[in-house]
Amino acid sequence: MKMLEWLSQPWPWYVAGPLIGLTVPLLLILGNKTFGISSSMRHLCAICLPSKISYFQYDWKKEIWNLFFVVGIILGGVISSTLLADPNPVQINPALAKELHQYGISNYNQLIPVDIFNWQTLLSVKGFIMMIGGGFLVGFGTRYAGGCTSGHSITGLSNLQWASFVATVCFMIGGFIAANLFLPFILKM
Amino acid sequence: MQTKELNTDFEVRSLDAMCFNESELTHPWWFNFKYLFAGIIFGIILIKAQVISWFRIQEMFRLQSFHMYGVIGSAVVTGVSSIFIIKKFKIKTIYGEEIKFYPKEFSKGQIYGGLLFGFGWALTGACPGPLFAQIGTGATVIAVTLLSAIAGTWVYGWLSKKLPH
Repeated sequence: MKMLEWLSQPWPWYVAGPLIGLTVPLLLILGNKTFGISSSMRHLCAICLPSKISYFQYDWKKEIWNLFFVVGIILGGVISSTLLADPNPVQINPALAKELHQYGISNYNQLIPVDIFNWQTLLSVKGFIMMIGGGFLVGFGTRYAGGCTSGHSITGLSNLQWASFVATVCFMIGGFIAANLFLPFILKM
Repeated sequence: MQTKELNTDFEVRSLDAMCFNESELTHPWWFNFKYLFAGIIFGIILIKAQVISWFRIQEMFRLQSFHMYGVIGSAVVTGVSSIFIIKKFKIKTIYGEEIKFYPKEFSKGQIYGGLLFGFGWALTGACPGPLFAQIGTGATVIAVTLLSAIAGTWVYGWLSKKLPH
């Protein structure tokens, strides 16, 4: 029981970061697989709706491991939120809490703000921009950049790739602009 | 004008014309279950470290917390050291194959796509891995975000030849 309680607390960065980093050699050693998650969405397109688009014409059967990996992530989510659930609300910086309070976000019981991300708000302007618009940009942007946080920022940087460094810097610039300049307007809607 | 098929995708090996990584080994499909277990562990790490939290991402983009920088920074340090060790000692896969690495060609896509993804990351509070993990924690509405991300992927594939790279 002690063990479960201990695992249920939020893990500090110096535990989680190295474990995430170890995913790179783990997948290489298990079978020469390059750690990357966003390409799973490309494989899903290639499987379900290739539509004669050359970008989706490749032997996706060789990449099927990637889909096993992301299904594993979903199952990991199920396990964490049941067996390893942390009953305490998310601790956040008081400055952020104060800012979010203005926009009616006060529920920190989940890892995502359920005040915005729920089925009722999905078709409001704010919910549509954040969930559907944001999701579209994640899919479009990661493919355009050729990788996401895992493919570029973890794997690519680990292999000292200049292109991945540029991509990572651009992820951060885009995020800073959106979070500080655009998000306040969206959240006010 | 010669058309050169440029592989800008970091994560898809099978498109790489120079790729000789194709394993000679053919495994039955259920060998992939080891990646399912790797994914489960990875998902648990993402959630227990709150990397999938919208709040943590907002703190990161507002410089209000060191947490995410610590996670990504220490992950990269671990990754760099691991790859160094693999190269130095020529470590092989569990099936005895040589481990191969691929250089990544730079393209402007990393700039345009990177900025667009950064925007999406700040709005949704999730990169692709966390989208899957959030759904697993019971945030069912995020399935819509994931579908939208898949739609974004499809639209990129559809337009890819017309976009500047």
